[in-house]
Amino acid sequence: MTPTAASKPKLVVDRASKYYDTKSGPLHALDNYSMSVEDGEFACVVGPSGCGKTTLLWSVAGLHSLTSGTVTLDGQPVTEPHPQIGMVFQEANLLPWRNLTKNIHLPFEIKGIPPDEAHIEKLLDRVGLVGFGNKFPRELSGGMQQRAAIVRALSFNPSVLLMDEPFGALDAFTRDEMNLLVEEIWLETRKTIIFITHNIAEAVFLSDRVFVMAARPGRLVKTFDIPFPRPRSLDIMTTREVFDLVNEIKAEIEHRPNAPAAPGAGETPQQESVMEQANG
Amino acid sequence: MVDRELGDRIPTFGDAKPTNDQSIGVTNLSAFKGSAEKKSAQEIAAIIAVAAIIVGGGEFLLRFFEVPQFVMPPPSAILTSLVVDFGFIAPHLGHTLVELFSGYAIGASIGLILAAVITQFPFAEKIIAPYILMLVTTPMLALVPLLILNFGFGYTPRIIAVALASGPMVMINAATGFRRVDLAKIALARSFGASTFQIFMKIRVPMAMPMIIVGLMIGAIFGLLTAVGAEMVGGGFGLGNRLTTYSATIQMPQFFAVILILSTLGILIYVAFFLIGKKWAGWES
Ligand SMILES: Nc1ncnc2c1ncn2[C@@H]1O[C@H](COP(=O)(O)OP(=O)(O)OP(=O)(O)O)[C@@H](O)[C@H]1O
Ligand SMILES: [Mg+2]
Repeated sequence: MTPTAASKPKLVVDRASKYYDTKSGPLHALDNYSMSVEDGEFACVVGPSGCGKTTLLWSVAGLHSLTSGTVTLDGQPVTEPHPQIGMVFQEANLLPWRNLTKNIHLPFEIKGIPPDEAHIEKLLDRVGLVGFGNKFPRELSGGMQQRAAIVRALSFNPSVLLMDEPFGALDAFTRDEMNLLVEEIWLETRKTIIFITHNIAEAVFLSDRVFVMAARPGRLVKTFDIPFPRPRSLDIMTTREVFDLVNEIKAEIEHRPNAPAAPGAGETPQQESVMEQANG
Repeated sequence: MVDRELGDRIPTFGDAKPTNDQSIGVTNLSAFKGSAEKKSAQEIAAIIAVAAIIVGGGEFLLRFFEVPQFVMPPPSAILTSLVVDFGFIAPHLGHTLVELFSGYAIGASIGLILAAVITQFPFAEKIIAPYILMLVTTPMLALVPLLILNFGFGYTPRIIAVALASGPMVMINAATGFRRVDLAKIALARSFGASTFQIFMKIRVPMAMPMIIVGLMIGAIFGLLTAVGAEMVGGGFGLGNRLTTYSATIQMPQFFAVILILSTLGILIYVAFFLIGKKWAGWES
């Protein structure tokens, strides 16, 4: 099975630029960024901290406007939050005053429609959170909170899922677990996913394509196709191909395009997880 | 669409957590975080024993040293007066409660509305902040003679004083709460298409709730103080009036009976808001 999805562009970012107004003058956060994501594709965006990944994702989500350029979903311009787009934030972002059920009902309350209980129940079952409905966020582990956040984002069945470093705050093992879960859910639902991460190994494991960004101003420097068959197991993370690919992407981010595929300086592994090993 | 909510501000995560700014009020919600554990029989016994020792010991010492009644009446005299004179004091308690409830209802609602409005418009906040600060720092009792001059000796000047005392307390604490914006949570609501009003109701109000409750409690207690103080200044009714009368006529047991009623009111206010806080702001721990 090849990772190449159908060839219909689902989501197109066309020459997106954004300046922020700051006290010290305009800040060029995003420069002429273009990308086209196919329907059902899993795309990852990686880049150094502060390179404009969140700026890009917020524009795609319609949460803020671009200075120039456009975002289109199914050919329609996105200028405000769109019902077909679900978003998963870093650090779960559950409302602490609501229990899990009420948190998952939030999108429905806001949209003024009855919650799709059958669908929610299926999702909860899928992520292993059945029976936790009346627990409050503080009573759940980080991984459970993030799984709840995924359920919330998928509860209203959007066709596009945006994820902004969703697992950045999790420990390495939980992170591996969450990545497997995300791949499974994606294989089952075939949502179009844009996933932002710092972690190159995570990006390689999850995506069909990796978009590499550079900073100041934030721009696209290179796109990598990730050819590994699915479903992927964590075992592939220890293979030579993945190792070389990760290093090639890392070299791209560190501006040394022709560097040999050797371990470079990078995030220091805190725990021995597969992702961390593969990350160098 | 309304972009002003967030502008372009991207929330940062990790160490850049939204700060839970210090409340301006004299207390914080730590009082609401008391664990719900039941008191054991031993604890209850100890509490009763200490109370008995204080009351009994006071009684004994006052009688043993033959302290005159006008200096400090013994507990038994105070309690007797509380029972015997309650029928006479009760209508005054009623008057005080009327002033407190009406003034507080007016002051607290205006305070809450103002807090909600000004925090939505930072510019407006800058303009009226000095006046609010003045209201908070000026003891409203100082205005009571003037109010009496203008409105006579009835309820009106007292209700106005209570409203003026409690309103700013509620406002300043509630405003602190409303300012506790968590951009990530607002972005979350907006990603579902929330309107400004929905963001206010579903994100800002719940986030502000702990501070709102603190403000309501402080406002209520300030309202009680001001009601009694205003009654002491002028007008022939209310618990404050009883205090001035009883002390002028050296009816000390009655005087302390009124003091006891006032402390009970204060404690009831505290307990009520403690329970409200537990129910509505218990999530913040
Ligand atoms: N509201 C804002 N006002 C001014 N500058 C901003 C604002 N939001 C982001 N920036 C700046 O724009 C640049 C890109 O920020 P952005 O948050 O998009 O980066 P990022 O790639 O998501 O970073 P990270 O990986 O740390 O999350 C940074 O230099 C940041 O300081
Ligand atoms: Mg970011």
